[in-house]
Amino acid sequence: MPFIPNTEADREAMLGVIGKKDIESLFSDIPASRRFPRLKLPEGISELEVLKEIESMSAKNLGSGQAAWFLGAGAYNHFIPSLVPALASRGEFLTAYTPYQPEVSQGTLQAIFEYQSMAAELLGMAVVNASHYDVATALAEAILMAWKIDEGRRHILLPADLHPEYKEVVKTYFSSFDVDIVEYSGAPESAPVDALTACLVAGYPTFTGEIYALEAGAKKAHESGALFIAQADPIMCALLKSPGAQGADIVVAEGQALGNPMNFGGPYLGMMGTTEKLMRKMPGRIVGEAKDHEGRRGFVLTLTAREQHIRREKAVSNICSNQGLVMLQSCVYMAAMGASGLRTVASLCNDKAHYAAARIAEIPGFKVLTKTFFKEFLVSTPKPAAVINASLAKRRIVAGLSLSRYDASRGAELLVCVTEMNTKAEIDRLVAALKEVSA
Amino acid sequence: MNLVQEPLVFELSNPGLVGCSLPNSDVPKAILPEGLVRESLALPELDELTVVRHFTRLSQKNYSIDTHFYPLGSCTMKYNPKANETAAGMAGWRNAHPLAGDANSQGALELIYKLQSSLAEIGGFAGVSLQPAAGAHGEFSGVLMIRDCLKAKGQTQRVKMLIPDSAHGTNPASCTMAGFVTQTIPSGKDGNIDLKVLAAALDDTVAGIMITNPNTIGVFEKNIAKIAKMVHEAGGLVYGDGANMNALTGVFKPGKSGIDVMHFNLHKTFSTPHGGGGPGAGMIAAVAELVPYLPGPIATRKSGKYALFMPENSIGRVKAFYGNFGVLVRAYTYIRMLGAEGLRRVAETSVLNANYLRARLEKVYKLKYTRSCMHEFVAMGDIEPGIHTLDIAKRLIDYGFHPPTIYFPLIVPEALMIEPTETESRRNLDAFADAMLAIAKEAKTNPELLHEAPATTPVGRLDEVAAARCPVLCYRG
Repeated sequence: MPFIPNTEADREAMLGVIGKKDIESLFSDIPASRRFPRLKLPEGISELEVLKEIESMSAKNLGSGQAAWFLGAGAYNHFIPSLVPALASRGEFLTAYTPYQPEVSQGTLQAIFEYQSMAAELLGMAVVNASHYDVATALAEAILMAWKIDEGRRHILLPADLHPEYKEVVKTYFSSFDVDIVEYSGAPESAPVDALTACLVAGYPTFTGEIYALEAGAKKAHESGALFIAQADPIMCALLKSPGAQGADIVVAEGQALGNPMNFGGPYLGMMGTTEKLMRKMPGRIVGEAKDHEGRRGFVLTLTAREQHIRREKAVSNICSNQGLVMLQSCVYMAAMGASGLRTVASLCNDKAHYAAARIAEIPGFKVLTKTFFKEFLVSTPKPAAVINASLAKRRIVAGLSLSRYDASRGAELLVCVTEMNTKAEIDRLVAALKEVSA
Repeated sequence: MNLVQEPLVFELSNPGLVGCSLPNSDVPKAILPEGLVRESLALPELDELTVVRHFTRLSQKNYSIDTHFYPLGSCTMKYNPKANETAAGMAGWRNAHPLAGDANSQGALELIYKLQSSLAEIGGFAGVSLQPAAGAHGEFSGVLMIRDCLKAKGQTQRVKMLIPDSAHGTNPASCTMAGFVTQTIPSGKDGNIDLKVLAAALDDTVAGIMITNPNTIGVFEKNIAKIAKMVHEAGGLVYGDGANMNALTGVFKPGKSGIDVMHFNLHKTFSTPHGGGGPGAGMIAAVAELVPYLPGPIATRKSGKYALFMPENSIGRVKAFYGNFGVLVRAYTYIRMLGAEGLRRVAETSVLNANYLRARLEKVYKLKYTRSCMHEFVAMGDIEPGIHTLDIAKRLIDYGFHPPTIYFPLIVPEALMIEPTETESRRNLDAFADAMLAIAKEAKTNPELLHEAPATTPVGRLDEVAAARCPVLCYRG
């Protein structure tokens, strides 16, 4: 039997030490009528056979390796340097548990501390936690954090132009609580902030790629005693002012773009950072510096009085397992890229997206709707975007997201994403194909 | 163990270096939005080899399953087969986009569908959603399902969830997030739920009960069917916390014994790695009555094609996209390799190994509950005056073992919660038992060895109180 290193003789000897005659007698607490039910599962097969089977299953997907890829919308096709998976897949990182025993977990703990430090710099926050499941749940927990400061402030302002799936997750997380989730359009400073507002949320950029300066919105929120929460693109933050520098109280971001594959939607990395003032209200694990009795520097999980294993029903969140390994990948990615590498990646995205947008805007019937953007922009199409997508997929071009996926009334809008992975030749192919299918 | 202090990545920085080569731009330069241009970005700058050595050295400061026996109770630190990693790393998965559409994602949907079906069969449930990203996330989803199911029956006065005192902290915390209040149910003398206390608690404000089975003392909840019947007759529903499912695969189907909704931790029972804290996967399973409330989307099969759909009365999305997909690939790989017979052998051996260790240690390390255990058992570390569980745990490190879970469950003083899992050989179990017994001798003859442990690690015991009082959470140049 694979992965079970005991022989029949071992089992017999062990039963002898225990003082039982057979294995079944170890299960006598389970009523006999319910013990050892039949499992209707296919018979176990060898590693060789399993890997063949799974390889052929995985080949049934159309992935970014086989097409010119312009689809983003929350999952981004960025370059992953080879050292990222090589280091993160080391067994010492991969097969360790949560670092509850700090003396034998300094590798994981120091890496988390380094991630926290680099992510805090990138997002412009005083402190970043060790991860949430993804940006959608990080956003939901950030809003919970803001609301719990004063539950009487029951208005939550979300941008109408927020990823529809993130909106749904926020609604699920608040489905037991008496709050009003209000959507606003346009710049964050145009949101209807009032004395009952718990927080004003802004995209940086929004779902369809629009970049708004955040400062005026943050000021407006603060004047009413509300918090300002930004959901940011971490790569964009390498080139543009961080949300923290513009007054955000909490920043969340999808860290998948920082060194993690698209993986059909997970596992991803929910990044969350906040100010020094609010750090004791933040959910999630946090690592801090500590000293041993000889004065040596080490790292420990800290501020644990916020967490479920200490506070149980009074904890700030139920989160326990997080996205440790994904965080590690992003940590290695940021260390390898450094300031200049990350800025290069961001510039390539910005330049190529603007080149693509300018070329698409020249095609009759197409119009670029997003005014100020970074790597993703919205295009109105002369034919249903889903139809365009289907015919381009046959030419191994994935043109973007038809907004009809989430809203049937927006069938003529295509969300296009361009990253450092797209060459000029690919962009030109996309433009030629869009022209041809819509002629 | 690498004992040499490793500088922080910031301390290794040499401005001007970059650890990855990137292409030149092949398009014209674009402008940036006015007034928003960032002036400085103080990230470290390193060459590639320095990055590689840095993280390699850091990795050498960890204990892990690949390097050490790791008998952490309730965490199921079993071997994570390397085939899982090969399978999850295939380009067809890595490069798959969650919004590529069903037609371009048939492979991913097939895997999701088949894993849903396999897990439903293993647990004896009618339906499964793979959305939740971790155990606590599954609990949150499950209690929301209970809330909505009761609401549909007009039972909105049911605001209270019952939780045994041996439960994980996530149980009550998840209830709070779902708007429930919690009531603690004390355990009886045998470590099981006290039926009299339960009966007294069952009024018409009770929404349900959350049961971990086997519970955190490692004993099977003997009265599970009776408890479920009592709760159901009182109008409530039963939640199963599957953290300890490793004792039950092929042995017992919770869904056929009164559990209405349950999460499994794929990162425990189904051998996906813990990654230093995650990612996990906390899939949620339900009996027929609760299937319409599952979080979605979930996968289905129609005329040979796979598709995604939202269950009729779904609690909604609990995260973006479809769960921690990469973790799901690993769990599926594992189930395919083991099959029904292998899964039963897993549970049997995990229970055999735990009972063996228990038998070897129980004369020296006292047990509060003396019934035969399932996949784990809880001993007590106060073996000599002045010796505490923490001392035993730290001394074990010097012997080359990761400590067990300590000071949990809360109902056992000085708890040492030991879960060996099925993937350890008798030789490894004996080496661990020998170390535990040697430490017990040292506790008599040379207790300082225990108080000063660990002596073989990059740092000694760290001052956690000072760290929390004046937190340093970021590198400060």
